[in-house]
Amino acid sequence: MIRRHYDTIDETVLEETLDNGLKIFVFPKEGFGKNFAFFATNYGGMDTRFCAESVWCDTPMGVAHFLEHKMFDTKDGNALQTLSSNGASPNAFTGAALTGYYFEGSDGFEENLDTLLSFVSEPYFTEESVEKEQGIIGQEIQMIEDNPNWQVYMKLMAALYREHPVRNSVAGSRESIAEITAQTLYQCHASFYDPSNMVLCVAGDVNPKKVFDSAKRILPREGKERVARDYGAADRPEAHQSEITLSMQVSTPIFQLGFKLRPAEDGAERLRQKLLAELLCEAWMGSSSPLYARLYEQGLINQSFFYGYEAYPGCAFLLSGGESRDPAAVREAILLEAERIVKEGLDTGLFMRLKKAAYGNQVRALNSFEHLCVEQARSYFSGEDIWIFPQMYARIQKEDVERALRDWISEERTAMSVIRPKGAGE
Amino acid sequence: MMELSQRELLPGIKLTALQTNKFKTSMLAFTFLEPLSAKTAAENALIPAVLRRGCQSYPDMLSMSAALDDLYGGAIEPMVRKKGETQCIGLLGSFLDDCYIPEESNILESAIELMAQLLLKPAGEPLSFVPDYLESEKQNLASRIRSRINDKQQYAVYRLTSQMCAGEAYGVDKLGEVEAVEAITQEGLWARYQALLVSSPIQLYYCGAAPIARVEAAMRAALSALPQGERTSSTATVTTQASTQEGAHYFEDHMDVLQGKLVMGFRLDASYTESSAAAALLVFNAIYGGSTNAKLFLNVRERLSLCYYANSMADKYKGILLVSSGIAFDQYEKAKDEILAQLDDCRKGHITQQELESARRFVINNLCLTADAQGRLEDFWLGQAVVGSDDPPNVLEQAAEAVTLEEIQILAQKMHLDSVYFLQGKEGETL
Repeated sequence: MIRRHYDTIDETVLEETLDNGLKIFVFPKEGFGKNFAFFATNYGGMDTRFCAESVWCDTPMGVAHFLEHKMFDTKDGNALQTLSSNGASPNAFTGAALTGYYFEGSDGFEENLDTLLSFVSEPYFTEESVEKEQGIIGQEIQMIEDNPNWQVYMKLMAALYREHPVRNSVAGSRESIAEITAQTLYQCHASFYDPSNMVLCVAGDVNPKKVFDSAKRILPREGKERVARDYGAADRPEAHQSEITLSMQVSTPIFQLGFKLRPAEDGAERLRQKLLAELLCEAWMGSSSPLYARLYEQGLINQSFFYGYEAYPGCAFLLSGGESRDPAAVREAILLEAERIVKEGLDTGLFMRLKKAAYGNQVRALNSFEHLCVEQARSYFSGEDIWIFPQMYARIQKEDVERALRDWISEERTAMSVIRPKGAGE
Repeated sequence: MMELSQRELLPGIKLTALQTNKFKTSMLAFTFLEPLSAKTAAENALIPAVLRRGCQSYPDMLSMSAALDDLYGGAIEPMVRKKGETQCIGLLGSFLDDCYIPEESNILESAIELMAQLLLKPAGEPLSFVPDYLESEKQNLASRIRSRINDKQQYAVYRLTSQMCAGEAYGVDKLGEVEAVEAITQEGLWARYQALLVSSPIQLYYCGAAPIARVEAAMRAALSALPQGERTSSTATVTTQASTQEGAHYFEDHMDVLQGKLVMGFRLDASYTESSAAAALLVFNAIYGGSTNAKLFLNVRERLSLCYYANSMADKYKGILLVSSGIAFDQYEKAKDEILAQLDDCRKGHITQQELESARRFVINNLCLTADAQGRLEDFWLGQAVVGSDDPPNVLEQAAEAVTLEEIQILAQKMHLDSVYFLQGKEGETL
């Protein structure tokens, strides 16, 4: 077991690697009644084409998410009910590159952890239960397709990328999930739910040894080779399309702007890109920036405006968005501001304050056990040590942000998606 | 590990303070408690947004955000919440605790001072708000109200509530309506702001590592400029009840959507705010539709595959329960019948011991999680302030331990259907 203490943020992390390849992280939290356990696989909506036992397989869109729903089924019933009967609040989510199962609980932690480890590692599907789930997920898909914030994000991905599977819906479509059978689910489970492709993160006032022991006892003794994945042909650095629009029943236009980046290598470079990108966003369009104040005062953006950085294997981008009466004017102003900063440089006082604020915001997020566990899992899969962020921030200079703005941002790599209100009475 | 203090600092101004080292941040809140009413809801909702734009020391967004960044990313948000028929408006702040600041410093006093400045010394000429701030926040509020339609699930709940409780304070949305926002004038808003300062009960909240005496001293100093008027010290507001025993009302809207949204509103005709009643309502809600072990989840979703979600939400202040579900348009009757059939089962006492116990564990776990989450704690204590209760979460936990099957059955029998709302597809189209 490795024990690491991060002084600045006062966090301790215990790390263990089992013989089967499973990585376990425990955040000891003395004095807390609540606990949180997160069991995740490095497998998400993007991973539809992969090589299992030297055969390339193509699976329908939406399998990772479908699996997430069906994993809760057990021979004796349903793990959702087992966990909540024992007082825990269980849930799960599927992202583009990760599927995670978790519970937030208080009493009964060890039993709950056993339940979590068991149901995620022991698949139990029948053709009937798969068919039934097609009805439930079909309604989930209808629900998200009615959601303008989901639509505007998906349209942005489709505008930025021609090839990369981040452009596909994690949930798939009603047509794609109709192709899923119990056999598909068993095959994907066998390929991706191997301990060597997974991570377990726990936060709470728990006995770490018991956590490691449970995992040893319940999970398979031996791990397998990781499967290779195919994310399609490489994308060009430029955006695939400059703009995509869609009409929906909304009150004002909703937009997102994306700026395509070259993805960093896994490891420290990736963390540096993330922190640098987040600082860059703050300096460029963040709530303390001159641009934000101007756009807000002109009524072009409101409190719904947001910005950030996202990265998945093989892709990375900045995005911002919100509601605006004139998304094209926002796009133009944002790109002009990038040019201005590149030409005139950043205000030193502003940059120093932004670094302080960014540090404070990262520390604030550590209040959440969910944040600790989910970020630990994500950063493990991409080979980073995320908790050294205070030291990383200290090394980022004003010139780094200016250079990144110059090298990363251009009209050609920018795309926008807009949801326009449907005409009244339409 | 956690010390709680509740004290009236000045008449009508109560400080709830929790000292704990559990969190890395301090949470601070200054909240006015006002009776919810169609006349004042929009003005009240607008005030925190206008105040947040700047104070006399930091009169614009750039100077304000620079001051917050200097406090290591301090955050101050305008807040508008509805607790039963009380509108809670004010500012919510979050700041790093001193020990996470790289250099030696005390940011607590600066944070409290900054929040009080925003609240008491708005930017602009004496006796008025900056006209540009007023206009742009009016537009933002109006656009936020219009954008309710963007989230169809929330919109359906809003449509049901406003029609089911038309004419009651509860039917008023926490943000008010667009027409009321557009009618707001400088003079009117200033007068409303003064009325808040002079007579509205104020809830102060602190949760963080600082000793309570230090927090009290900083709060007293920061609020010394607050006018001392006829402030009511009792904050508990009376919730009205409309008797509607004569059968359910049906409402629907048509929109260009893929999925229908069904919302059903039930009444209990009484508040459930006293701790044992509140606990019974929480346990009932967990049995009926508030958890993944609930009858609605297991039947409407899992057994019949009718939906992705079918939840119930209980409001203890008003004594109302809403069931919300997203379904295919042609499943309306089937879903509605099943939701009613499950309630009928509760009325008949068809609840197993296991259902009761797992609902109880679910409720107790949630209360326990509340005690370990800064934001949830703040909201919990604000709710207690609204009903005039000093009970901490563990009193509710004990009450939940004591809830019996008979109580649940009686509660279910009191619950009667008042209104049903359905958000349909485009008129003339069926799927």
